[in-house]
Amino acid sequence: MSLTYEDVIAKYEPVLGLEVHCELNTNSKMFCGCSTIFGAEPNTQTCPVCLALPGALPVVNEKAIESTIKIGLALNCSIAPFSRFARKNYFYPDMPKNFQISQYDEPICVNGYVDVEIETEEGPKKFRVEIERVHMEEDTGKSLHVGGATGRIHGAEYSLLDYNRAGIPLVEIVTKIVPGTGKYAPEVAKAYVAELRDILRSLGVSDVKMEQGSLRCDANVSLRLIGAEKLGTRSETKNVNSLRSVERAVRGEMIRHAELLNKGERVVQETRHFQEESGLTRSGRSKEQAEDYRYFPEPDLVPVEPDAAWIEELRAQLPERPSVHRKRLQEEWSVPDKEMAAMINADLLDTVEATVILGSDPTKARSWWLGEISRIANEQNVSVKELAITPTDVAEIVALVAKGELTDKLARQVVEGVIAGEGKPAAVISARGIKVVNDDSALMAAIEKACAEQPETAEKVRNGHLPAAGALIGAIMKETKGQADAARVRELLLGHLGQA
Amino acid sequence: MIRKSAAEMANALAQGAITSVALTQLHFNRIASVDKDVHAFLHLDTDGALAQAAAVDAKRAKGEKLSPLAGVPLALKDVLAQKGIPTTCGSKILEGWRPPYDSTVVSNLKKNDIVILGKTNMDEFAMGSSTENSAYGPTHNPWDLARIPGGSGGGSAASLAAFEAPLAIGTDTGGSIRQPAAVTGTVGVKPTYGGVSRYGLVAFSSSLDQAGPCARTVLDAALLHEAIAGHDPKDATSINAPVPQVVAAAKSADVKGMKIGVVKELNGDGYQPGVRARFEESLELLAKAGAEIVEVSCPNFEYALAAYYLIAPSEASSNLARFDAMRYGLRVGDIDGASAEEVMKLTREVGFGREVKCRIILGTYALSSGYYDAYYGSAQKVRTLITQDFTNAFAKADVLVSPTCPTTAFKIGEKSDDPLAMYLNDIATIPVNMAGIGGMSLPSGIADEDGLPVGFQIMSPVMKDERMYSVGAALEAALLGTWGAPILSKAPALGGVA
Repeated sequence: MSLTYEDVIAKYEPVLGLEVHCELNTNSKMFCGCSTIFGAEPNTQTCPVCLALPGALPVVNEKAIESTIKIGLALNCSIAPFSRFARKNYFYPDMPKNFQISQYDEPICVNGYVDVEIETEEGPKKFRVEIERVHMEEDTGKSLHVGGATGRIHGAEYSLLDYNRAGIPLVEIVTKIVPGTGKYAPEVAKAYVAELRDILRSLGVSDVKMEQGSLRCDANVSLRLIGAEKLGTRSETKNVNSLRSVERAVRGEMIRHAELLNKGERVVQETRHFQEESGLTRSGRSKEQAEDYRYFPEPDLVPVEPDAAWIEELRAQLPERPSVHRKRLQEEWSVPDKEMAAMINADLLDTVEATVILGSDPTKARSWWLGEISRIANEQNVSVKELAITPTDVAEIVALVAKGELTDKLARQVVEGVIAGEGKPAAVISARGIKVVNDDSALMAAIEKACAEQPETAEKVRNGHLPAAGALIGAIMKETKGQADAARVRELLLGHLGQA
Repeated sequence: MIRKSAAEMANALAQGAITSVALTQLHFNRIASVDKDVHAFLHLDTDGALAQAAAVDAKRAKGEKLSPLAGVPLALKDVLAQKGIPTTCGSKILEGWRPPYDSTVVSNLKKNDIVILGKTNMDEFAMGSSTENSAYGPTHNPWDLARIPGGSGGGSAASLAAFEAPLAIGTDTGGSIRQPAAVTGTVGVKPTYGGVSRYGLVAFSSSLDQAGPCARTVLDAALLHEAIAGHDPKDATSINAPVPQVVAAAKSADVKGMKIGVVKELNGDGYQPGVRARFEESLELLAKAGAEIVEVSCPNFEYALAAYYLIAPSEASSNLARFDAMRYGLRVGDIDGASAEEVMKLTREVGFGREVKCRIILGTYALSSGYYDAYYGSAQKVRTLITQDFTNAFAKADVLVSPTCPTTAFKIGEKSDDPLAMYLNDIATIPVNMAGIGGMSLPSGIADEDGLPVGFQIMSPVMKDERMYSVGAALEAALLGTWGAPILSKAPALGGVA
């Protein structure tokens, strides 16, 4: 007998806590010069430092510090004038040093917040998610367990280790506890991660690809009886690899906790692994007994003491916040909510914006990207951004249509040609011989020919029966291979038949 | 020739009196005749050294400009990575490991065309004061083969005293360069922390470790110091400043008007009479040479040893975690069905020696939650107090001095069962590491009661390393005047033919 979500929220108040790990997109690793490119052959992006060979020493990647400060500033944090790296000690085969260089009690950014907005039945609702800290650390390598049924270490025949990921710069963003979201907890969690993703993307510091693991979310959830002060026991759900999963994981955990509590059982403090297929979580590592990581300041590194002037310089360079930016664009372009949402959901807002910046009319740009181009992408089963057409191409095509050098129909052919890899719009136009026939004498010849071939139809038009003109226009367009401007053809035809 | 100083050898090479190949071969011959008794070396790179020597000779023949020590042989402590050459740190756990890279010290040696003969013995992972903790057997003191050569760098010091090499590299975490120098009648210098790159130095205690020069004269140590020192972008703790002018200081040997502070707390009870007598004599000689002797007090030094034995093991417990059989070195118990965790455990059980395990356990305990503040945290506070003591003392004196260690070389096995007695040997050297300043030990004579060499320690402020060289060279010159010949000439002849 399982509980409904309504049963849960009628009795309990959920409390959230979200930890997001974000891989920075620096060219080199956190503490050595190795490349960070995703998907290379295993163990080809390693060196004495990230393999922890005896004697090798870490050196901090300055770019990673800069990116982290930018993140802290964008999340309204204070930047610590003095922060330190610490060693987190534990043994694991995919962690070469058997300690992780992280930050412990002296993180680089503290005390920030992110405001998120969600849609509810009562209209949009705002929530403030407070940020406790943002700190830097290094990623571990990857273990591939072979031979077991589930890819888990238990039951595996052997394991393979890939240290390419070892030492990739990571930033961990930890919220304070988030109470007061009530029934909206799952949506708030999702909206927070989405907002964070957009902010990180706007800063250009990370690829923020949840499916590739460059953005990873751990969702802490606990329940307490409505009105209670004391926090309930939390579970920490890992492996939540999409925005939708964040929402599902929180909702699922709320129901699971409530079922346990209703039966008088207790929630075990542990990590849980989210299962994408079922939307449920399975038990992971117990956290009942706090693990002792024997943190101490990393003696191989010097403290991070960013110059105040540098921080202000970075602050001045911060881009507009994505949510503010979106609101501004929507107003400037006078786009209805629904259309705006469509652009955002299709992940095409930045593409459309780029096209507009290049001089295109916003409505035209939107309609090309979300219409014809999305349709082709859909047909080819790829994402729009993978197609060989750029905002520059689209802006150029829109301009040609505006100047009357292309008709909408011809423009579609040009778009198709660009996507097919035939080159830039100008190249496609010249190679395919596409041009608008706007030579009136050539059109007149075609009009006269059509009228001569369909004298009865021409007569009807001459007598004022205008709908009959369609058949003539069709013939004229065919004669001019579709390269004529239909409006001009109609104008000339009606003039010719005394109906102008 | 092998009894000459490195500077003299360099001179002979420059004048064409000998080739580097011949000089290198002479040292290999000496090693072949005496090292079975001394056991200073763990590995000899005969082919590599002779090839390096031949390359220097070729450069010289072409008239290329060479560095001051080009072609002079050197013994390298086995804690520094040298590409392709076994590097064991005196431990079974690294048996068979050949680094795929050069430590910065080694690349600096190679840049200066200094010929690397081989790797010297040491206490396992530099933990010890006698070289008895080496997994490959102890090194013997050339002054008395039944005695220890000091540690952890006993191999480097013994190789100098046995004329197997004119130069050596050591590393010093709590005295591992200076104490072996003291008990073998040689010169050893721990530069300012950050003065010489730690990149490729297998870490014992990262915040204390420092590589430095070992030699038979102060000038030789200075020449080697300048060859290996300097900023290294691969070591975040390396100091980005010009290398102190130590060669010029050693050559000037001038102490006129210098204030020399005698550290009150590093003398007295527990110091052997012969050690104290030689110390007093040296002070008189320095005064005669124009220095002003003053007394300074460093009241917090009495806590240095205790704090050291919390900080160093704590860092070691973390630094040594990487030896897990996964990527290099020894692997034990890798049989069907064994888990990675089981292999790690067995390898560490078999691969580490008793002293190393003892310190890993000590450090793990000191860092544990609930104990951190009481142990590691308090030790760091003591460290700050010691640094303040030095700052106050250096306000009154240009350099500070003390005996290097309380006693002369003890017998092999004598202190094996008494770790505290062993640890006490470093009581005068440890404060220097805690504060990151420079320290030198040079011979001040022979103790009357046992006929063994005694060390004199000179300490200089951060990046003022040249001061200890000025004082050391001045004292060395004055002592040579009283002895009539270098102190090592008083050591008994070894079994081999010199």
